[in-house]
Amino acid sequence: MDPDLALLLNGVVSGLLLGGLYAAAAAGLSLSFGMLDVVNIAHPAFMALAGILVALLWAATGLDPLILSILLMPAFWALGAALYVAYHRFFERRGDEAIQGLAFFFGVMFIIEVGIVLTVGPEQHFADAAYASTTWRLGEIDLPLRMLVPALVALAAIGGLVLFLRRSFTGRAIAAVAQDREALRLLAIDPVRIKRLAFGISIAFAALAGGALVVVQPVDAASGHVFIGRIFAIVIMGGLSSLGGCVIAALAFGVVENVTATFYGPSWSPAVAFGCLLLMLAVRPQGLFGRVA
Amino acid sequence: MSEAAIPALPAAAPRRMGHGAFWLASAAVALLLVLALRGFGNEYAYFAATFVLQYVVLATAWNILGGYAGYVNFGAAAFFAAGAYATVAFGKALGLGLLPCIALAAATGGLMGFATGILTLRLRGAYFAIATLCLSVVLQTIVVNWSYVGGSRGAYVIRPREVPWPFDTYGGYLCAVMVVLAVASVAIARTIERSRLGLGLAALRDDEAAAEAAGVPTLRLKLVATTVSGALMATAGAPLPYLNSYVEPNSAFGLAYAVNAIAMPLIGGTSSWAGPVIGAVLLASLQQAATVTISSAANLLIVGAVLVVFVCAAPHGIVGLFRGRR
Repeated sequence: MDPDLALLLNGVVSGLLLGGLYAAAAAGLSLSFGMLDVVNIAHPAFMALAGILVALLWAATGLDPLILSILLMPAFWALGAALYVAYHRFFERRGDEAIQGLAFFFGVMFIIEVGIVLTVGPEQHFADAAYASTTWRLGEIDLPLRMLVPALVALAAIGGLVLFLRRSFTGRAIAAVAQDREALRLLAIDPVRIKRLAFGISIAFAALAGGALVVVQPVDAASGHVFIGRIFAIVIMGGLSSLGGCVIAALAFGVVENVTATFYGPSWSPAVAFGCLLLMLAVRPQGLFGRVA
Repeated sequence: MSEAAIPALPAAAPRRMGHGAFWLASAAVALLLVLALRGFGNEYAYFAATFVLQYVVLATAWNILGGYAGYVNFGAAAFFAAGAYATVAFGKALGLGLLPCIALAAATGGLMGFATGILTLRLRGAYFAIATLCLSVVLQTIVVNWSYVGGSRGAYVIRPREVPWPFDTYGGYLCAVMVVLAVASVAIARTIERSRLGLGLAALRDDEAAAEAAGVPTLRLKLVATTVSGALMATAGAPLPYLNSYVEPNSAFGLAYAVNAIAMPLIGGTSSWAGPVIGAVLLASLQQAATVTISSAANLLIVGAVLVVFVCAAPHGIVGLFRGRR
């Protein structure tokens, strides 16, 4: 095969795998920011927290990091629900959630990060899955399992979430609360309870994403920083509340970044990806798959 | 450095001050501040005061767009770093000193603000915030790849040997320049707040569609606000290379500037010019004290904790607390 073509194909494939990781990180945010209108900027910090917890638990038990992260999900669900209770009590009920709520989550992010630094230290933590050093080869294309397995697990979890939102009564109530919370009240459903549940799920997804992250790369307290811009960009590109759009946007973002990095060097890749987003916001602010407001 | 809070006094007076009187009072405060710091005559005091004052400028500048017009700018670090790098680039290209570089940095920031305004006119709320965040990432990537200003290695800026009269050290001179910049930006912010421009911005903050319908030229006002805010933020960053004698993209575009620029006005109160000043003086002094006495990790923890406590307990900032009690 032509070496340039092989390089491009490899760039696209590993971009798709990277996109799977982005999708895992962005899916939770798509729920909280896209559906519930909670600008949770601390989402990547929860991801880093989960990654470090998984690494510590892995060192203690030797279980697979992704299984550990799934085991962590209920605890993170409870954490998210508690955080939403505080958020609702202080901001949503008062009606000034826009800037104040944003600042609140900024504060939460710093508290998590510095909390990590002060308790387990600033160094990087890692967890080696059993398959971490295996690479499948399809002709010229490399498929490292270290990237493939987290991406597949994340996509499966997102698929499950989509089914839950479409099929179950509670899931449909979550989708409804995004559109009209007063109508929900008329159906005798407590919108606050539904939003608490949904926010808990979004933080639980951060736990899963953290597990995926720690399989892919070592994690430290500030690992979330590079994800802040990316996952917000992905959620907006995906059209806010559409999980399918979020996954496609995540894959596209991964591919654009990776292909740029392959051909022009990694230092240019953020500019291209974020430049695309900037252009898209200027031309089509509702996102690729969003409805016109 | 609580001296910078002094301008808060005139506003408490029941009779409102005119713009001219406020500018005169500001000039007097600036002179007093410079003399007071000169009295200290300590190099660390100069550094700490410059550090705090740069945040006064940054927070005040952010508040012109974020507080008066209600557009949350996540990219404050982009403008701040643009100012710092304008100093590096113009200083290297044209061999200019600090003062002309500050003016050029302000022009750069103003142009950037104008461009941002044009590019993001259709965006509101969270979309605008994300767009400015993207701008910050794009600009950082460009600077990292621009070897003329040092790329990712950073750039060194040597302080000039001769110190302008009547200052004893370059740190003192830098501090005095920063005092003037801080006081001028506060005066500009107050002038905007009390003028038709400020009223128009407040109208579009409360309801953009209604303001548009009532004949407020929202488009033009937004462009003016983004330009002035951008220019002032770049001004805040312009002396940074001389202050640290080194700039490097990761710290110049760091999250700390973006977060502080948002946190300080929110803690102080966004509706009035006094809010960002109070917030900046309080938070920046706390951070400087924590960096020196505890550790730089604790300094971020303090920002986080103070931010959470204040937005929960005092939704309208410190200024709001006093207004509510009256």
